[in-house]
Amino acid sequence: MEVDQLQRNFLEYTNLLFREGFLDGQFSQLQLLQDESNPDFVFEVVSLFFEDSERLLNDLTIALDQQNVDFKKIDAHVHQLKGSSSSIGAQRVKNTCIAFRDVCLEQNAEGCLRCLQQVKQEYLLVKTKLEALLRVRVPHLFSLEQQIVAAGGAIPMLNDFC
Amino acid sequence: MDVAAMDEPHVLAVDDNLIDRKIVEKLLKNSSCKAENGQRALEYLGLGDDKQNSSNDNQARKVNMIITDYCMPGMTGYELLKKIKESSVMKDVPVVIMSSENVPTRINKCLEEGAEMFMLKPLKYSDVKKLRCELLCNAVVKAS
Repeated sequence: MEVDQLQRNFLEYTNLLFREGFLDGQFSQLQLLQDESNPDFVFEVVSLFFEDSERLLNDLTIALDQQNVDFKKIDAHVHQLKGSSSSIGAQRVKNTCIAFRDVCLEQNAEGCLRCLQQVKQEYLLVKTKLEALLRVRVPHLFSLEQQIVAAGGAIPMLNDFC
Repeated sequence: MDVAAMDEPHVLAVDDNLIDRKIVEKLLKNSSCKAENGQRALEYLGLGDDKQNSSNDNQARKVNMIITDYCMPGMTGYELLKKIKESSVMKDVPVVIMSSENVPTRINKCLEEGAEMFMLKPLKYSDVKKLRCELLCNAVVKAS
């Protein structure tokens, strides 16, 4: 496929993710940091985000499963997740974390369980979409980004979000 | 003339969030090293509890700027700032504080304690210009 068409597809897909609120301007900031000296930067940060989030979600599940729920600990974990999701532009995950912290303040265990479910859902959604954009788990299929790079093109950016 | 000012600017970045450390590191490219909390940062600077040996003095002398998160477990960025300002060796190194929360009393408290700047997270690409300018200004002051 021609580079132009690939770049258009990439932009369209990124645009869709912005419109649907999955990503916000902070994601574009990450793209700005990527260059020839570190061509996999976005992929690396996003991969770190996946690893870190899964660890936090696991810790949250365990913490909420205790007889005596430690709300301070829960808040600390959610604060971390809120920070990371904010830094990579995962808007919906971030917003769910903000709501989660409010419920945590109320020391409402059932409410927290519901929030945890929501965060997990939002996380899985954005994970799937980011994987499609950057790399795919199925080895013989190439992500949009990989196709562009393979065809010798540059990763395009939405000017609105710079 | 201070020799440290002639070297590559060297920044110590302190943050308990792994993703944020990676981003700050990239923002500051080759010029940063990282610490995951206040205690580790102090050890790096030779200001740790067990009074580090002289081998850390060289390391500490290379640091041109410290950028730290405010909310961290164990020691907040504000507490780290105070410890740095109390040190005769490190008190002139500019300290920049970052936070995801825009709390005016918090910002004022840090600035009053001697923080050079307060930055809101998440950091943007344009923030690196502000930081580099800060480093450059400090290098000029040191050299004069």
